[in-house]
Amino acid sequence: MAAPKASLHLVAPVWNGGTRGIGGLSRVVAPEGNQKKGRSLLQFLADRFYDVEALRDHLLRKRVSKVHQKNRPFNHINQRYGPYVAGAYFILKQGGAVRFQGREWIRPNQRGHFSLDFLKLQAVPVEAVDASGCAINYQGLDSLLALKELQSLWLQRCPHVDDWCLSRLHPLASSLQELSLAGCPRVSERGLACLHHLWNLRRLDISDLPAVSSPGLTRILVEEMLPSCEVLGADWAQGLKLGPEEQPRDTAGPIPA
Amino acid sequence: MLRRTLLLGLCRGPLGRGLGTHRGGSILDRDGKMSEIKKKIQSILPGGDWNPLYDTSHLPPESSDVVIVGGGVLGLSVAYWLKKLEKPRGAIRVLVVERDHTYSRASTVLSVGGIRQQFSVPENVQLSLFSIDFLRNINEYLAVADDPPLDIQFNPSGYLLLASEKGAAIMENNVKVQRQEGAKVCLMSPEQLRNKFPWINTEGVALASYGMEHEGWFDPWCLLQGLRRKVQSMGVLFCHGEVTRFMSSSNLMKTASGEEVNLKRIHEVHVKIDQSLEYQPVECAIVINAAGAWSGQVAELAGIGKGPPGTLQGTKLPVELRKRYVYLWHCPQGPGLETPFVIDPSGTYFRREGLGHNYLGGCSPTEEEEPDPGNLEVDHDFFQDRVWPPLAQRVPAFETLKVRSAWAGYYDYNTFDQNGVVGPHPLVINMYFATGFSGHGLQQAPAVGRAVAEMVLEGHFQTINLSSFLFSRFYSGEKVQEHNII
Repeated sequence: MAAPKASLHLVAPVWNGGTRGIGGLSRVVAPEGNQKKGRSLLQFLADRFYDVEALRDHLLRKRVSKVHQKNRPFNHINQRYGPYVAGAYFILKQGGAVRFQGREWIRPNQRGHFSLDFLKLQAVPVEAVDASGCAINYQGLDSLLALKELQSLWLQRCPHVDDWCLSRLHPLASSLQELSLAGCPRVSERGLACLHHLWNLRRLDISDLPAVSSPGLTRILVEEMLPSCEVLGADWAQGLKLGPEEQPRDTAGPIPA
Repeated sequence: MLRRTLLLGLCRGPLGRGLGTHRGGSILDRDGKMSEIKKKIQSILPGGDWNPLYDTSHLPPESSDVVIVGGGVLGLSVAYWLKKLEKPRGAIRVLVVERDHTYSRASTVLSVGGIRQQFSVPENVQLSLFSIDFLRNINEYLAVADDPPLDIQFNPSGYLLLASEKGAAIMENNVKVQRQEGAKVCLMSPEQLRNKFPWINTEGVALASYGMEHEGWFDPWCLLQGLRRKVQSMGVLFCHGEVTRFMSSSNLMKTASGEEVNLKRIHEVHVKIDQSLEYQPVECAIVINAAGAWSGQVAELAGIGKGPPGTLQGTKLPVELRKRYVYLWHCPQGPGLETPFVIDPSGTYFRREGLGHNYLGGCSPTEEEEPDPGNLEVDHDFFQDRVWPPLAQRVPAFETLKVRSAWAGYYDYNTFDQNGVVGPHPLVINMYFATGFSGHGLQQAPAVGRAVAEMVLEGHFQTINLSSFLFSRFYSGEKVQEHNII
């Protein structure tokens, strides 16, 4: 049972919050080395004082509840404007981008503001969603699953998308053609196994998934599972080691055919 | 006064004289003895666990509010929920007694680890739904400060139950009940089955039910360790020993209708230490029987079932040991990544294991061919005769396979109706049961633990109503038959 790398994610931001609270340490978003030193100082104090431990736990809980708050459904918008507008609003609020059928991409600007012109597009289905880097999680997918004509979904580098979320994607099976999961730290081959529900999928991007144990083999198995889909992922020869008689010739990559 | 001067004198001894004033080896020797003496004195002082007669640190405490017999996933789940739901915090002292600290024969760790909502009894569906919710949020429930988060390696691949002509109507009915409770199950015709899973031979299959979400399999050892870690951090005491005796007292009481009943109350639990003749009588208020396959023996110790047959005193706890085999085989042409947990109408089941075309599976034997549960030896002929033929018929690719390994485990089989027993015994009023789940205990453990904790703390079930799972149904004869047992 290896500890997933997500544990580091949880600790470093807590350090940032903790320094602001404790006040004595560096206020700048420090480079890696300094972060580790700061983290160990907080850890050192937390091991010795109950107050610091309680503070650290409180900050962690606040972080978790912030993610929950971001993923709450907008029921009043859903009732008033319909599921497409509610889903679009949800994505835009999280910092992602949305494209309605026949229109251009709507993105929030640097400060997170976006125009509310799309509120009149109640009957226009949403075709593409770019939720890259958003803090969308299992609860947040409720808003996405209501978009019945969604064709393209990009979930690159989403820190809270995991195997459980992938098992929820089956209602989009009839329309979803493109799915990108590149760089999601919590997606493993177990979640990829339930993508076979998406029989309409034409493009799937599963590159750079750190939690997948054997990326090359997983890509082959996913290709077999979804025969009409183009799978972008790790090269099948990535995990292979050169044989002893072939090693001196070419150290850059596998032996060319 | 004397102690204090003694302590000061000893402590200050070498320090007062300075470091350089002794020859070679004598300072080390003095330090060694000194630390021993210091430890002894510290244990004598109030707060230490010094017993003037002999060391009792390996024994369980002399009294405990709740004693849980059995430290498997059900016992630990009850302990967790007792500590989580108690008011005020730290009010209840819980002791978990487990005689097998390596869990070498425990059903939890030998299980295949599946979780499904496809049951015929609505309470079972509700229990599984809560348990999968628990597993999804396991790092919120079982978080321990400074420990890495748990990864139970859940495979959300779903269960596929196949039904022949005879069972098709029952399956439709079951799916209706399951969907009413909120399970995401869909029915498939043989045509759809062939389209989705081309490696299945649909001969003899009239209908299939497929769980789309919230079903799959996970690593039971991880759940057990996570529960153990959390429960220890909440202050539950563990004891490595065996329960050999219950000391109880009886009261003759009259019911409202004037009938006389003999109500028993357990006062002490005798816990015998492993490989020793020592035992510790633990005074307790409540005993929870979560001993899994051995719950019947523990119930007999409490005098349950000792009476004329046909009466409530004479009703035994019908939970028995049943041995089940699990085989792991390799089939390079076998079904791919999308393989769900498939259950054949003949009772044979299999699931994918890992990425290397390995599969786990087995079959429950009929009543006549039940193997002897005396040991955990595997019968390989059982695979050849009873498991392989239906497998090869259902999945033609399995005609060529190679068995890699096999193991055996126990079911806590409820011979009455294959459903769990939860709640207090009507006559032994402070013994609560959490056992008898006949192969689906692991997947319902979090919810059952909560139900038993609610029963103990509040006196009635609050979230999921398990009143049909009480012990009294064995006397009244009301079976809650679970049909979907594998």
